Amino acid sequence: MEALSLLQWLIDGLIGIGLLWLAWRALFCPELFKAIVLFIAFGLLMTLAWVRLKAPDVALAEVAIGAGLTGALLLSSWAKLRDFDANKGMGVREKNRVQSEQKTKRPFFHWLSATPVLLMAVGLGYGVLQLSPYATGLSTAVAENLDASGVSNPVTAVLLNFRAYDTLLEIAVLLLALIGIWSLEIRPSVREATLDPVLDLLARLLTPLLLLVSAYLLWVGAHASGGAFQAGSVLGAAGVLLILAGWRLPLSLAGLPLRITLVVGLSTFIAVAVLMMLDRGQLLAFPPSQASLIIFVLETTATLSIAAILAALFLGSRPDHSEKI
Amino acid sequence: MSIAVLYALVGIGLFCLGVYALMIHAHLLRKILALNIMGSGVFMVLLALAGRTEIMPDPVPAAMVITGIVVAVSATAFALALMLKISAVTGRAELNDEEEK
Repeated sequence: MEALSLLQWLIDGLIGIGLLWLAWRALFCPELFKAIVLFIAFGLLMTLAWVRLKAPDVALAEVAIGAGLTGALLLSSWAKLRDFDANKGMGVREKNRVQSEQKTKRPFFHWLSATPVLLMAVGLGYGVLQLSPYATGLSTAVAENLDASGVSNPVTAVLLNFRAYDTLLEIAVLLLALIGIWSLEIRPSVREATLDPVLDLLARLLTPLLLLVSAYLLWVGAHASGGAFQAGSVLGAAGVLLILAGWRLPLSLAGLPLRITLVVGLSTFIAVAVLMMLDRGQLLAFPPSQASLIIFVLETTATLSIAAILAALFLGSRPDHSEKI
Repeated sequence: MSIAVLYALVGIGLFCLGVYALMIHAHLLRKILALNIMGSGVFMVLLALAGRTEIMPDPVPAAMVITGIVVAVSATAFALALMLKISAVTGRAELNDEEEK
């Protein structure tokens, strides 16, 4: 690690202070809507920090999922909450809502909780300062085995070969979250999206572009930054944009075809895992000669499922139910 | 102090801010925001400490953080759905923990 120049210190210091300030404002801003917008800005600044930390794969995932999709989810939930309140009564409720958004525990409790948090911050900070300034971690082990992994991007190699069970379980978590949301039976939002010509045009122009970017990210993931999660979230974002523009999945596709798309990633992963176990005696141990083909198949199906699940998470209610009411 | 330590300290700051906000806010949407910021803090510590090398940064924490981001968005979506359900049933987007008569 070479000594950092003044300019680098300036940039990193500004990013660090900016992150802490945005987080503080997002957490303690009196208006909830403003807080959510600040949180999205925080996600975008995080992306810059990931780039500074030489993790472009994480930066791509953060900007698409952390800032983009989480922001969309938060804003749409905020709007639904406001609609609930508006349905209950007019006028006075607005003031009540603002009060409830700002409500915190009693002031005594603030001090009671600030003290242990400060102590924890000091303890954790001391711990980090005690760490050795050099640590190679597993980067040499990854570099030595990269040739056998079937891809040349080390992050993709870790995600889909060396630690493929992480990715398997992660797709399962996504699916579980969706099953959880569907089983809550939330009423779909009554208010229909008003047809906005600008949004409509934007959706028409952006959807093909997003499809192209998604396919590119999926393909390039094998040897540069990108991969199934980034591609899936860009594709999912295209779905969210279409939902916002008033498009709905045709009923004929909302039943079985949608469900097959939702589970194809996980089921392919499990099928490959079982096949590898029968063939080589170990779960998800790919033979080096076929590894790149297996990873490509896994990534493609995972991209489809991730995109479908993320768009469905945003929609909230089951698409085949919302049409019936 | 190096860039790794700087960002690790920022990550700890974000995590602690998130914990504090999680404890003092009553509104559930704010609690979900706080959880997300805590998560970002953890990711930052992980990735900052992965960069303590002269060669390429350790790819294993980067892969774990990507997994973490996706898990965080799933958990956020589920938490938001639960919040909407609680709000639809009780009429308030917060949990009853005191002064319930």
